[in-house]
Amino acid sequence: MKPVIGLETHIELKTKSKMFCPCSADYFGKKPNTHTCPVCLGLPGALPVPNKTAIEWCVMLGMALNCDIPQFSKFDRKNYFYPDLPKGYQISQYAEPFCLKGSIKLDSGKTIGITRVHMEEDTGKLIHESIDGQDVTLIDFNRSGVPLVEIVTQPDFDNTKDVIDYLKKLQQIARYLDISNADMEKGDMRLEPNISLQKKGKTGLPNYKVEVKNINSFRFVEKSINYEIDRQTKILNEGKTPTQETRGWDENKQKTVTQRIKEESSDYRYFPEPDIPPVRWTELQITNYKLQIPELPDKKLHRFIKQYQLNDYDAEILTRETILADYFEETVTLGKKYGLTPKQIVNFIINRRVDPKNILPAKLIRRVISAGKTDEINDETLRKIIKKVLKENPKIAEDYKKGKTSVIQFAIGQAMYIIKKKIDTEFLKKLIIEELK
Amino acid sequence: MSLNTISIKQAREGLSKKKFSSEELVNACLFEIKKGKSLNAFITVCEKEALEKARLSDKKIKEEVDLPLLGIPISLKDIYLTKGIKTTAGSRILEDYIPQYSATVVKNLEDAGAIIVGKTNCDAWAHGSSGENSDYGHTKNPWNEEYVPGGSSSGSAVSVAANMALSSTGTDTGGSIRLPASFCNVVGLKPTYGRVSRYGIVAMASSLDSIGHFTKNVDDSALMLSITAGKDPNDATTPDNKVDAYENYLNKGVKNIKIGIPKEYFLEGLDKRIKEKIKNSIKLLETQGANIEYISLPHTQYAVACYYIIQPAEVSSNLARYDRIRYGNDRSFFGDEAKRRIMLGTYVLSSGYYDAYYKKAMRVRTLVKKDFDNAFKKVDVIITPVSPTLPWKIGEKTSDPLAMYLSDIYTVTANLAGIPGLSVPIGFIDNLPVGMQILGPHFSEGKLFQAGKACEYA
Repeated sequence: MKPVIGLETHIELKTKSKMFCPCSADYFGKKPNTHTCPVCLGLPGALPVPNKTAIEWCVMLGMALNCDIPQFSKFDRKNYFYPDLPKGYQISQYAEPFCLKGSIKLDSGKTIGITRVHMEEDTGKLIHESIDGQDVTLIDFNRSGVPLVEIVTQPDFDNTKDVIDYLKKLQQIARYLDISNADMEKGDMRLEPNISLQKKGKTGLPNYKVEVKNINSFRFVEKSINYEIDRQTKILNEGKTPTQETRGWDENKQKTVTQRIKEESSDYRYFPEPDIPPVRWTELQITNYKLQIPELPDKKLHRFIKQYQLNDYDAEILTRETILADYFEETVTLGKKYGLTPKQIVNFIINRRVDPKNILPAKLIRRVISAGKTDEINDETLRKIIKKVLKENPKIAEDYKKGKTSVIQFAIGQAMYIIKKKIDTEFLKKLIIEELK
Repeated sequence: MSLNTISIKQAREGLSKKKFSSEELVNACLFEIKKGKSLNAFITVCEKEALEKARLSDKKIKEEVDLPLLGIPISLKDIYLTKGIKTTAGSRILEDYIPQYSATVVKNLEDAGAIIVGKTNCDAWAHGSSGENSDYGHTKNPWNEEYVPGGSSSGSAVSVAANMALSSTGTDTGGSIRLPASFCNVVGLKPTYGRVSRYGIVAMASSLDSIGHFTKNVDDSALMLSITAGKDPNDATTPDNKVDAYENYLNKGVKNIKIGIPKEYFLEGLDKRIKEKIKNSIKLLETQGANIEYISLPHTQYAVACYYIIQPAEVSSNLARYDRIRYGNDRSFFGDEAKRRIMLGTYVLSSGYYDAYYKKAMRVRTLVKKDFDNAFKKVDVIITPVSPTLPWKIGEKTSDPLAMYLSDIYTVTANLAGIPGLSVPIGFIDNLPVGMQILGPHFSEGKLFQAGKACEYA
């Protein structure tokens, strides 16, 4: 049996203000209900005014995912009741989203179809607590109205490796575009795989679908998909069909559990949002957004390999985040004057785990040069030597704990005595401190 | 002549020439409100605040501060949010609701110096054509208390007609300003959709709601609009279009103006006496030099059906927020009419029915709009009746919602098309007032005032 997997991913944008009001969208860890106004509280008479930046970012994300950008687009109301939804409807996009029909290429060589990328608003947050012995539910509306982009794929995945690769790529693209921190732990990115199994020899989609809602870690996605594949295989092997339903991942039980059984698709009574005029793009606007899209991870990776003659491994590490990639390129440009090759620089950055925030390119070059005058010795050997020194001189650790940092100089001397080579003492010092901690 | 019977224009003159004070003017209105308590025009009267503000205005007048509405007492439909003043929307759901913010229009009027004497009664959530759907009791027609004043902006129309305020604000989703204006013998303006901000006004049907006002004459209507109209950054449906200098249109006359008379608005069902009255008014405009042209708006007959799909659909969504979680009373406090519209709206938006109802209605809406677009290629303005009947007796139609809905037959078209409409008084039949409707293209309020003013001379 072949797994058929599709993904819905919500990414929270890091715009200054919320999607439809001027409230700050930076809600994480803030005092409840301090980032609110008549609009995001759903007070009578309040009206939404769309955030232009959020819309532009949504379009740019769509473009980065090779989507078509229709000239006409509009918002719709998705009507449903839930206490965290103050208006009784969510402003979303149904029939005419900003981006349609895109694709993304995975490392496995497979291409995944992107059905749509659309704009919507986040809900408030329910907090279940016990106050004075009474179970209560509190609502924090700070998150209400924060801009969310939803990315929907075709059911093109058949294994978890591709799913995780896709999600990492999506996260990386969002960060490259600088539109979201895409921080899983803060809920910036929420994942919903839908999983079913296709019997051998059959074509088309299976006649059921199981959705796993609101997962906030790549690991849990992997686990929940694998769990579902096992669970559904068993059911199908018994000659039954798994129930069409929404499930959730329970990390404690290490399994998915039923949340809501869907007999039919829910009726959200979508209709065009009358408070927001439709969006009509001009050719010029679309061209302008295209020009604003920076070099994306895939392109950068290939350029690095070609331009700097790097191997795949080095280039991949360097292009994970733009900050490191930019830092590398700046250092290469500067390093040319001193006859340093890109390979020397990348080796130093990767082996010494250089943090671009802590050392300026010019200083890095000096260190690469001075390291070049020294002998190279691998980390493992160095660590063994340091461990030996610390074991033979327990007083070093004692003094260091007391705050006598000068004792490190002594440790460096001891280590150098054993190494008997000229090495980069700065790096040695860093490793000794790491060991002491 | 008692003070409160004058127009805004007269009041401004009197105030600036120190013939009387704002305090005296406000007191005269407050006296009238008390005297006319049986009309049930107000839900909240702001006596203390109004008098305080009047005294402050008198000080400013002395200092020769020049504001267009300085010291002028007005009333607001109780669907306009007023910071610190209870706002009920005519419903028990909001019986204790005190807003944290004021509507943009309320701010604009207050910035212009207006004094709020109170919040007027209306059909709950603006659902109704007679004023009888208010949870605070029905409003009565000041010309004959046995008759309805028209709705939903019932108390607003009555407050102006009965001299309790010099002007009042209303909302018009399907005729809720023009109908009560016609039934109460005052001037009622429904501006172009988006001309006046909806921010801070309890929404009925968002794509149809127009924010307008009642005045004693056309001059005052133009003045009010010059204060309320314009782009509001808080309402995405207000366009950048420049606000016209409306006062420039007032004394232009109607010479060579082309007036269209649509045959579909004068068919069976229209009270013959009303038809005659309108014919006479048209004749008088003709004698002033207007050219009359008979035209057709062929999709008129579908307008009410189309309106009663789109409007409840939006109502059902807009009323979803009144869930008692953050404010207000629970849903059991919704009245019959609100429940009726919530059910209708929910039904027409449901999957399986959406295409047959909502989608089709939106297509009809486009056709109604095209009718007007075509007509306005030939004529400057269109004249029609406001209501097919005279005001009816209180209770006469309450058991027959469909008959009630049909009273909107001549007014809903303007809301569907988003065009402006002005209701002007043209006299009385059986001692009950009759109004006439003037319609124009989008953002042509100036022309409506031009034609409306000519009717006053007629």
